[in-house]
Amino acid sequence: MSKTEITAEPGIPLIVMTRDFDAPRDLVFRAYTEPQLLVQWLGPRDLTTTVDRYDVHDGGRWRYVQKDPEGNEHGFHGVFHGAPSPEAIVQTFEYEGVPGHVMLETTTFQERGGSTLVRTVASFQSVADRDGMVASGMERGVHEGDERLDEVLARLQAG
Amino acid sequence: MAADRLSRVFGALADPTRRAILTRLTEGEATVAELAAPFRVSQPAISRHLKVLEDAGLISRSRRATARLSHLEAEPLREVTTWLARYQRFWDESHERLDDLLAALQAADEGGHSE
Repeated sequence: MSKTEITAEPGIPLIVMTRDFDAPRDLVFRAYTEPQLLVQWLGPRDLTTTVDRYDVHDGGRWRYVQKDPEGNEHGFHGVFHGAPSPEAIVQTFEYEGVPGHVMLETTTFQERGGSTLVRTVASFQSVADRDGMVASGMERGVHEGDERLDEVLARLQAG
Repeated sequence: MAADRLSRVFGALADPTRRAILTRLTEGEATVAELAAPFRVSQPAISRHLKVLEDAGLISRSRRATARLSHLEAEPLREVTTWLARYQRFWDESHERLDDLLAALQAADEGGHSE
């Protein structure tokens, strides 16, 4: 089974994420850009996503709200830069809980042998922004892990 | 955890020697000489690594007679893991849902063509 690879290097305000999907590129692009498809997969299952607007064109705005099981709502919005295409989507991303901390996100889609490699590079304004955004914006409704220390160290060693 | 502390922990973990030192310390406290033994680096170099780990809160140090002992402090490491695990889990689950959606869309598409 495919696994999401996430790299967050110390001292660099980037997060790089790659994932292979067993589907043609056009279909994956649709799942990323059609609101009725997007709400079916974006976020863990216990979050309900509602798309406010999704203007998929150069300069188009997007906004969605995610509601956790406790009823807390978290809004996100941004702007598309350049016309989104099955080759790449470039957009800004801002968590409304921490306004003013804007992230630039580039997602590329590469088809090879019927599957599609999706690579997302998220660029933050600072390392502190990256670490802070993940700590605050992503904790909504996500069950916290309690990884065992020796497993962590084993992984760090392997890396 | 404050973002600047998180950055310090990440910085400390970025170095393979420091990660190896932390792994060694999971077996128990150790002197600088004991920590330096597996590496081809000087004790002063190991001491500098220990200082970085101490500043990040990943180890604490005490004295026994003339030796300085280092102890692992697990909490910051746990917090970093939680940070990464949380982000990883968010996207793992999203992407598994996307796998399911893409499979369903392709099945529907094939059904449409066979009409």
